Amino acid sequence: MNNDETIHMNLYSSKNSIIRLFNVTKRYGAKLALNNVSVDIQPGEFIFISGPSGAGKSTLLRVLYLAEKVSEGQILINGMNLARISASKLPLLRRRFGMVFQDFKLIPGRTVFENVALVLEVAGEKPSYIRKKVMHVLRTTGMDKKANALPPTLSGGEQQRVAVARAVVGDPDIILADEPTGSLDHASAMLVLDFLMAYHKKGATILVASHNLHLLESMVRGRNIVLEQGELVKTSTML
Amino acid sequence: MTRYITKALADIRSNRFLNLITIVTISLSILVVSLFLLFFENANRLIEGWNQGGRAMIYLEPAFSQEMLPDLKARIQGLGEVEEMRFIPKSRALEKLKDEMGSHTGFFDTLQHNPLPHALEIRMKTRGDYAQVAAFAKKITALEMVESVEYGQGWLAKFLQIFTLFRITGYAMCGLFLLIALFITANTVRLAFYSRRLEIEIMRLVGATEGFIKTPFYVEGLLQGFFGGILGLLILMAAFLTISSGISGNLGAYVYLDIRFLSIKAMGLIILASTFLGWFGCYLSLRQMLQ
Repeated sequence: MNNDETIHMNLYSSKNSIIRLFNVTKRYGAKLALNNVSVDIQPGEFIFISGPSGAGKSTLLRVLYLAEKVSEGQILINGMNLARISASKLPLLRRRFGMVFQDFKLIPGRTVFENVALVLEVAGEKPSYIRKKVMHVLRTTGMDKKANALPPTLSGGEQQRVAVARAVVGDPDIILADEPTGSLDHASAMLVLDFLMAYHKKGATILVASHNLHLLESMVRGRNIVLEQGELVKTSTML
Repeated sequence: MTRYITKALADIRSNRFLNLITIVTISLSILVVSLFLLFFENANRLIEGWNQGGRAMIYLEPAFSQEMLPDLKARIQGLGEVEEMRFIPKSRALEKLKDEMGSHTGFFDTLQHNPLPHALEIRMKTRGDYAQVAAFAKKITALEMVESVEYGQGWLAKFLQIFTLFRITGYAMCGLFLLIALFITANTVRLAFYSRRLEIEIMRLVGATEGFIKTPFYVEGLLQGFFGGILGLLILMAAFLTISSGISGNLGAYVYLDIRFLSIKAMGLIILASTFLGWFGCYLSLRQMLQ
């Protein structure tokens, strides 16, 4: 492993950035969750966001998909300024993201198929296309045999594979994964990362927030962004 | 739209008890409202029937002679409000009375002269408004040669007073019950919304529009209102058929009662109003929660 460390410096040109953060600050009352963070992310990059608990990893992802608004600074996604996005355009922005969470966020009363199909339903796709696409993605993640199962009947690893299937089914440009392996055993974690890697090879930009950098380092080439107490303290390339 | 209806039906199935309570509450409210409407529709028809569709009898003074008739008719016509007018000479009135009394007419032979007055039977343009009818009758009474005007003022005034009181109470009760139904519907939507918090959060995360999230709730509200309305009318119809056959059986021989169930138009309006109620309850609830 060769870590080429640079501090507070962007390795890539900002010209074609898919995601750009300019001096982003997020406050919760007096607490600074993000402090003056600036980052440029190129299309097709694999980004790790690491750091100890409470460093601001999840907050960084949350401000990207506008679950939270920034207190200061600006974020551009493909040149689109998030501060200027109206409430009616927000769903269109979110359809460009695929999201994976540590707690899976699957709807317990809906089957595996229905959970994954939801992404295409909200996009207004035809039922015949939805059926075909969802079954294809479930086959890819090895969950096609459990298409009619309800999430609470599945193991943690299986639920996360469904969550990954849901994240990729809409062919998003960007995948945001918040501690995707945090509640999984090693084998399940490796499997989930494999799926994310496979999707990355198709050209998607992937941002993974995790405190388990060792696992990621063993598998993936990409750029590591290290946060501490809301500040970006270093970026490094993992080869 | 099919997708939304399917989703709404699935949600109703998954929250059967809550939805059943809402539908029953709406149906009971609609039942009360429909009951009043049924009463008003029939009472209006009965009043019009008992008032002979705006008919009145003008009884003339004993000094009246038939030569005065054209002048009197012209003066009455001059007051307006008269649709039809027919003179009934006292001789014909007596014959009619004899006919109506059938075999009990022996004492008429003992009469020295015809005690009945000449009369004019009129049909007024104003039929429903008792105050207008009374005012018009007062104008006729003031005319020369007119002794009195009979338009059912005794019993009709009393009945109309009770009817007006009942109408006001009816409006108040209808308003109250509709408010209760609205509150229950809004509350059901609120509970359904809370029970699906996670689902709604996930929908938002994957890019669902507010319309996509809200539409199944609206469809659910519309269905609750629609089925509540139908159920309310069915209960009322069953009660009506049972009670009206009893009334016809017991009173039919003595009094002519033309009691009918609600008209198709009224039933359509009730179902429409009930469906709107379901939608409006949902709208109020969602507007408050999504703010």
